[in-house]
Amino acid sequence: MSDTALTKARQRKERMLGSEAIIRALEAEGVEICWGIPGGAILPLYDAFMAIDHSIEHVLVRHEQGAGHMAQGYARATGKVGVCIATSGPGATNLVTPIADAFLDSTPIVAITGQVPTHLIGTDAFQEADITGIVMPIVKHSFLVQRAEDIPKAIHEAFHIASTGRPGPVLVDIPKDLQLTEIDFAYTDEVDLIGYNSTFPEQLEGIEAAAELIARSRKPVLYVGGGIINGEACDDLILLAEALQIPVTTTLLAKGAFPDSHPLSVQMPGMHGSKYANWTIHRSDLLITVGARFDDRVTGKLDAFAPGAKIIHFDIDPAEVSKNRHADVALVGELRTTLPALRNAVTARADNAARAEHQSEWLRDVQGWRRDNPFRYKKGAKLKPEYVIEAFDKALKGKDTIWVTGVGQHQMWAAQYLSIDGPRRWLTSGGLGTMGFGVPAAIGAQQGCPDAYVVNFDGDGCFQMTMQELATARCYDVPAIHAVMNNGWLGMVRQWQELFHGERYSETNLFGTIPDFVLLAEAYGCLALRAETEDEVDAVIAEAIAARRPTVIDFRVDEEEKVYPMVPAGAASHEMIDEVWENEWVEEGV
Amino acid sequence: MATPGHHTLSVLVENRPGVLSRVSGLFSRRGFNIDSLAVGPTERPDRSVITIRVDCTRHSVEQVVKQLDKLIDVIHVIKVHPDMAIERELLLIKVKADANHRLEIMRVSEVFNARVVDAGADSLLLECVEHPDRLAALEQLLSPYTIVEAVRTGRVAMTRASVAHDESRAPLRILG
Ligand SMILES: Cc1ncc(C[n+]2csc(CCOP(=O)(O)OP(=O)(O)O)c2C)c(N)n1
Ligand SMILES: [Mg+2]
Repeated sequence: MSDTALTKARQRKERMLGSEAIIRALEAEGVEICWGIPGGAILPLYDAFMAIDHSIEHVLVRHEQGAGHMAQGYARATGKVGVCIATSGPGATNLVTPIADAFLDSTPIVAITGQVPTHLIGTDAFQEADITGIVMPIVKHSFLVQRAEDIPKAIHEAFHIASTGRPGPVLVDIPKDLQLTEIDFAYTDEVDLIGYNSTFPEQLEGIEAAAELIARSRKPVLYVGGGIINGEACDDLILLAEALQIPVTTTLLAKGAFPDSHPLSVQMPGMHGSKYANWTIHRSDLLITVGARFDDRVTGKLDAFAPGAKIIHFDIDPAEVSKNRHADVALVGELRTTLPALRNAVTARADNAARAEHQSEWLRDVQGWRRDNPFRYKKGAKLKPEYVIEAFDKALKGKDTIWVTGVGQHQMWAAQYLSIDGPRRWLTSGGLGTMGFGVPAAIGAQQGCPDAYVVNFDGDGCFQMTMQELATARCYDVPAIHAVMNNGWLGMVRQWQELFHGERYSETNLFGTIPDFVLLAEAYGCLALRAETEDEVDAVIAEAIAARRPTVIDFRVDEEEKVYPMVPAGAASHEMIDEVWENEWVEEGV
Repeated sequence: MATPGHHTLSVLVENRPGVLSRVSGLFSRRGFNIDSLAVGPTERPDRSVITIRVDCTRHSVEQVVKQLDKLIDVIHVIKVHPDMAIERELLLIKVKADANHRLEIMRVSEVFNARVVDAGADSLLLECVEHPDRLAALEQLLSPYTIVEAVRTGRVAMTRASVAHDESRAPLRILG
């Protein structure tokens, strides 16, 4: 909460309705914008939005899932808490997907839902759904407010829990009658959460033990996940990697946290990661894990992941340590504290020069792998999606750009071919893999960062899951560009069917059923463009960038293109296939 | 007698609506197996203790403790050390007991400090508060007489009075 807002809130000693108290509490938390749709059980709040003077912009969306993803896009682009609002029953259940997405990707959002009046709870009343029960396994915490005077406290605690420690979604369910009850508004910055631990004591022995392992290692690698961004420790990571000259691999969630263009970067590991990241991990003798969680899309077959490596694990969440892979040294706490402590501990050692010397051969190998095995694709008669992504990357080089994606092949190509050099500039649904994330997340990100360029690489399948939010984009003039990689297929599923299911394309072909995206975007009042060949690409990109208005580009791309390299499900992470390049590098590399 | 891989956790929670579903939901979501679970009030009205016997043969007890500790309503988790704690459970058991066997059954019960709390024409209802392993032994001994019905409360545990207070109530923090 900002100090002045808090002071103002504290001084406010008025009687007001519970609904007004929600707005005053949001103001006190520094909320500038929120997303939602009204309905019966949340009507008093919407009435208060209009009835009283306040400083919050409410964005009317077209589907509550959109509100949730917009709040997520905003939160991930700005680092602030995103807020979404829905009515009871169907409004609340429509928030379930973004809440689950925020849970798996540790995104701080607060969802406020209306609930049926207290006396009707449990009676199967109209639009009653036990939303706190439904979301229990996918929230960091939830509140079902029982007394009107508890509303400000619940909202304050929700923001506190969502934004501290390992961030995550918090839901506050507020029965309608409480919104209509008069209370004495009182706001404090105290929280009454004795069971909540978001800070941890410094663990200096752990730092010494980690420094010792690093000193003895010949082949260390920093394995970095999304926690580095939530922990606001990207600068500390760069200082650490540079001081120690240790290569860095960044997971899908951490893309941009360490510059892709940095000579120490080996970019993304895992199922569609770079060959050099997977080789580096496979051959490493020490994984310095930072805010990452050994997700199965990264590790492949867990037993075969980094088989010769000891593990140092830095995380704010103790439960991640030794969850999937045993940690030899654990450092639980703020990365902003622990990473500099580690840097100092290693560089202060008498053997530091010798260490650097011993590890330099490894670094040369790693950098050689990166140089010799870049992501690459073959040009053909049809427009390649990778080409479009490279063209966008080139066109926006040096401009502050937030890249957003859907889920599928296009997402993986974007992860592979975009070069991103800063945190909070790559927003993708990682843990949940939510189709439909792209359009609304891009809108929310753009509303949080109005001066940035925002490009959403979406799939033709994903786009159709949330494209109704183009109306929201048009309504609020949100100029994000939605670049649809239209391959006529649920492409990623098609790829699995082609490779692992005997080319039986069960229910993945979208041909003939895809609306004309140009006509559709025009109907929504957006700028609508199309490119079908390489020579049309630069022109449409330039036009879209210059337009600064909601834009959809229909890129008709090669339907047969597949994402390589690929670690098949259940294989070890270095056992990658790449049919285009005939697996030549598999023998070469490992 | 301890069952390998099974642990007793004493979970101190805030007495808030939904806290039991949060705890039990966590177990089903994470695939942790509960052997028994007992909930009850404590010396403070705003706190409850949930005592959970958990089967950790397929995952580490540390992971269970850490996940529990992440729940906001959980104040702390104590891994009960069998040597340092008293563990008890209540058993109610109804046994077929005709005139020929009645005395025999009552003699067996005495050995286990079980009490006859009700008697019918051809059955006895016994009550026994004991260590769960002893309850199992009692059930075993009674089984030849035909057990009509048996119900147990799930175990509760408390660190022995002879163990220093700090040690007994110190929240378990496993960071490694
Ligand atoms: C909501 C949801 N439903 C289903 C899936 C499974 N799935 C993953 S990728 C994919 C296909 C995506 O198709 P498209 O958006 O056209 O992207 P492409 O792979 O063709 O680039 C599907 C159906 C999912 N991830 N999310
Ligand atoms: Mg597609």
